[in-house]
Amino acid sequence: MNIELIIGIINIVLIATTPLVFAAIGELVTEKTGVLNLGVEGMMLVGAVTAFVTLVITGSYFLSFLMSILSGLLMSGLFAFLVLILMSNQVATGLALTIFGIGLSSMIGKEYIGTPINGLNPYFFIVLSFLIVFGVSYFFYKTKAGLIFRAVGESHSSAHALGYNVIKIRLLGILFGGAMCALAGSYMSICYAPMWQENMTAGRGWIALALVVFATWKPNRILIGAYIFGGVSIMQMNLQAFGFSIPGQFFNMAPYLVTMIVLVTISSNKLRIKLSAPASLTKPFFKGS
Amino acid sequence: MFRIISFILSFLFISVGTAYADPKKVGFIYIGPPGDHGWTYQHDQGRKHMMSQLGGAVESTYMENIPENADAVRAIRKLASSGHDLIFTTSFNYMDQTLEVAKEFPNVKFEHATGYMRADNVSTYGGRFYEGRVIEGHLAGWLTKTNTVGYIASFPIPEVIRGINAFYLAASKVNPKIKIKIIWAFTWYDPGKEADAANTLINQGADIIVQHTDTFAPCQAAEKAGVLSFGQASDQSHFCPNAHLTAIVDDWGPYYAKRAQDLVDGNWSSTDTWGGMNTGMVAMAPYNNKLIPAPIIQEVVNMEIALKDGSMHAFEGPIYNQAGELVVPEGQVADDGMLLGMNFYVQGIDGDIPQ
Repeated sequence: MNIELIIGIINIVLIATTPLVFAAIGELVTEKTGVLNLGVEGMMLVGAVTAFVTLVITGSYFLSFLMSILSGLLMSGLFAFLVLILMSNQVATGLALTIFGIGLSSMIGKEYIGTPINGLNPYFFIVLSFLIVFGVSYFFYKTKAGLIFRAVGESHSSAHALGYNVIKIRLLGILFGGAMCALAGSYMSICYAPMWQENMTAGRGWIALALVVFATWKPNRILIGAYIFGGVSIMQMNLQAFGFSIPGQFFNMAPYLVTMIVLVTISSNKLRIKLSAPASLTKPFFKGS
Repeated sequence: MFRIISFILSFLFISVGTAYADPKKVGFIYIGPPGDHGWTYQHDQGRKHMMSQLGGAVESTYMENIPENADAVRAIRKLASSGHDLIFTTSFNYMDQTLEVAKEFPNVKFEHATGYMRADNVSTYGGRFYEGRVIEGHLAGWLTKTNTVGYIASFPIPEVIRGINAFYLAASKVNPKIKIKIIWAFTWYDPGKEADAANTLINQGADIIVQHTDTFAPCQAAEKAGVLSFGQASDQSHFCPNAHLTAIVDDWGPYYAKRAQDLVDGNWSSTDTWGGMNTGMVAMAPYNNKLIPAPIIQEVVNMEIALKDGSMHAFEGPIYNQAGELVVPEGQVADDGMLLGMNFYVQGIDGDIPQ
């Protein structure tokens, strides 16, 4: 073990984990306002294909990320309209958003599969992901606006009674989540594995959703959870390449296993999970209720 | 659930050829999109070749993104019940589904790629892709400077293990010091994970990346890190022009054209085809002459000829397994039974095959 090897491993872990951090922190903000959006995977894919196609057409990295975030806002805006205005069921609508996103991204990207592009250096986004997590943490626990956001997630009736616009705040939470998921997707198709392939996020949206629970809805813990997951995935690859003989299935399940063990440990106290989860999560808000 | 959707979506992409006086209808079931620039892309190129060879005598239809589960039964049945005379199912795990539908439609002919279960109306066909691994191993043996090659494997099935062994045997013949580092990714398709695996191998000193997964992410990662790599299933040199040495290309066109012609002529029968370089089913992408010295290109071109005429075999004895037991004696070559069921590493490869 020399120092370059370790730096190299850390480097790969950072690159591989960043999309999880983006998507998870976005979903955390959405859930903090009391809305569960299961459309993370779909929004990531649409964000990924939008960024890729924009880059191929315009050649501008700035525009590609801008358009990608716009696509995230549109997708999550659609979700917000359905669950906040039409009061549809959040779980069903979120699942539908994922299915829609998978189909839509495949359709948009059909002509662009296998178009070569120049990938972008990921380091800016790695730093950005940390800054966003710390920023969200600061916002929720050190600002008045953050307190209001949390209040809406805990008890929308009380927040409403105090005169806060529950729908507007939830809309903002959903839109932030959409933008972050799209950013995660565009990071994947522009920096991480610079290409467009159907379903290229390969389930990372679902891992991001699990990470929010793992973090017990606390922003900084997103980083811990994501880096445990990313770290174990990369470590098992390193162990394999070093020639360690570990049962095969273990390689595949190790990251999930470790995440589950931590999850069980932190949730062994039922009360703690109950206290941590936003009390109004998935409950629709009727004005006047 | 997205499997169901992709199944429904696949109906939208059904293509129908030109009309002809009572043309035969040939259907294809694809595991991925024809635009994957890998496995499915090559099958679709084969379909197009068949169409161009047979002119108006056949029509063709394909269904893409069909998952390897019960959805495949519905997709195959859909083709069988809509008047198709010959159906190619182009992935290993369509095996049970193909046989199930074939039983219901005894008058429809089926061809299952890379499988081994046949029936009166079910043929199997596949390529001896390990012959291409011999070429790759030979090149890697000459070109590695760190004596370390990184190999990204998908699932521990004989097809993949055969490739690793063929590669290592050829590589160690020209470079006895060569070490092969293997990462089992347990996926055919996850660009992010494939890139992670490639970067991990490069970080551990590999200067040549070999892959048995489906996307060109490892090739791109190699290009970025300034090391060498091989493409997979199809010529991927335009994604990584400074890393791509060559690639094993699956060429299904002549086979599809021949089988469709047999069908038109009424000569179709259930057969088992395992075609190597001699049939053209396995070919090499152009050798990158910027990266490979001319004399070595000449060597591998000669090896191709030898593999074709049978004077050379990928598994020539003596071959020992990791325990040092002789599995193929001197003067013999591994028979197809051993190749099809291969579940051991040859001597010199470190580590165990995940069980």
